[in-house]
Amino acid sequence: MTGLHELLLLCVVLTNFWVLGTTRLSSTIRATAIQGMLLALLPIALHPSWSAHTLGLAGGTFLVKTVILPSFLAWAIREAAVRREIEPLIGYSASLALGAAAVALSFGIAQRIPLPESDSTLLIPVALSTVMVGLLVLTTRNKALSQVVGYLVLENGIFVFGLSQVERVPFLVELGVLLDIFVGIFIMGIVVFHINRAFDSLDSTRLTELKD
Amino acid sequence: MIIGPLLTLLLVLAVAPALPGLATRTRALLTGRRGAPVLQLYRDLARLFRKNVVYSRSTTAVFRIGPVVVIATVLAAAALLPLDGHAALLSFSGDLVAFTGLLGLGRFALVLAGLDTGSSFEGMGASREVTVSAFAEPALFLCLTVLVLATGELSLAGMLGERLAAVWPGAAPSLVLAAAALFMLALAETSRVPVDDPATHLELTMIHEVIVLDHSGPELGMILFGNAVKLALFGALVTGVLVPLGQLPRWLTPVVLLAGLGVVAVGVGIVESCMARLRMNRVPQFLVAASALAVFGVILLLR
Repeated sequence: MTGLHELLLLCVVLTNFWVLGTTRLSSTIRATAIQGMLLALLPIALHPSWSAHTLGLAGGTFLVKTVILPSFLAWAIREAAVRREIEPLIGYSASLALGAAAVALSFGIAQRIPLPESDSTLLIPVALSTVMVGLLVLTTRNKALSQVVGYLVLENGIFVFGLSQVERVPFLVELGVLLDIFVGIFIMGIVVFHINRAFDSLDSTRLTELKD
Repeated sequence: MIIGPLLTLLLVLAVAPALPGLATRTRALLTGRRGAPVLQLYRDLARLFRKNVVYSRSTTAVFRIGPVVVIATVLAAAALLPLDGHAALLSFSGDLVAFTGLLGLGRFALVLAGLDTGSSFEGMGASREVTVSAFAEPALFLCLTVLVLATGELSLAGMLGERLAAVWPGAAPSLVLAAAALFMLALAETSRVPVDDPATHLELTMIHEVIVLDHSGPELGMILFGNAVKLALFGALVTGVLVPLGQLPRWLTPVVLLAGLGVVAVGVGIVESCMARLRMNRVPQFLVAASALAVFGVILLLR
């Protein structure tokens, strides 16, 4: 229960709560950066044998998720000069409560999923809850930038899920996924920038007003 | 057998008024001011207890028994808590409900006394105080649930006693989460900064201070002392959860307890110096976050 990787996984869930509970866009981005760092440490903590596979995975994750993407999103905020408040569709308290419910649900489900045995009993529930929280952020926030953050959290959950099978997934596939995320976020950032230019706002509900 | 807990209780009651002073002093030092002396509350209490009571003509007996109920419930709650980690003055199965209920009763009496004055400001403060407690009480129960699940005991003396030391290594993450939630609750229950500002002078933004506007003399002193003891109780809870006092030798526990109380008070001061008071509609969110931490702790234990 007190292994380093379990501590890291608990901190991942705490950063999820942070993303849900905070009111500032810059704060959610900081939370995803810290989450990315935790994820980069996870492969090393899970497999202390220091193989090239885990080290490459950790280094790549750190570079993409902790350095490049957060600074890019921070740049997007600065350039688009958006209002810093998030303005969610459902209140902060309700989303925190839903997040807690998601954690409870994923711990309940995780025991029933037939999977080849993994390194830690916490991996699967934390992965599921992170995916659910990402989905929650993605669907309940109006601002395009916070939806990008939701997408990042969702992907972080999938990453944790992949870690449970890390010895069976080829290195190249994981690097490919990282590259996909990188390109995806990059394109989203540019789209966000253009939405802002066209509508003077990042509110994605405005997109339904598109007319020819 | 009863001497030890009684002495610890008296010790905690004696140092309790120093805790808000310590918190305020920390805040002042961190923000570059000198601040009031740490022992200021003792002087305030001595001054208040020398004074006479002034009653508004519109108040009734409800107003007069309010402070008495506040101080009585806080002292009874203190008797239920195993302050030194070995035994409480009073202990029975399920006394955690009594503990929460006593704190709730004290708050209820205070709110009634505030409403009894008929002042619109105090009514406003009463409604806010009730809002805060509506969110704080479930969170407190969730924190206690973590302790119940971790130790399998139903009395406060049992769950904070020797059993806690035995289960501590296995349940450490949950207990740390519960302690963090308890610290957030301490801020809310004793009306410290992110929830309420004890130094505010504007009735519109006050929560706790505005309810006691009409109280005077010894009655105000009782309420202030009750609030200080409440901070000490929550500090003792946090300390008891983080440091299993039950495994330490008996002579050491009061020292550790006092150190823990000091750390909690300084922590309150640090939080106060680096946070602004939350907007009133954000306060429930703060408390829901505390509940979420406690829920996470419960889930980890149920796994």
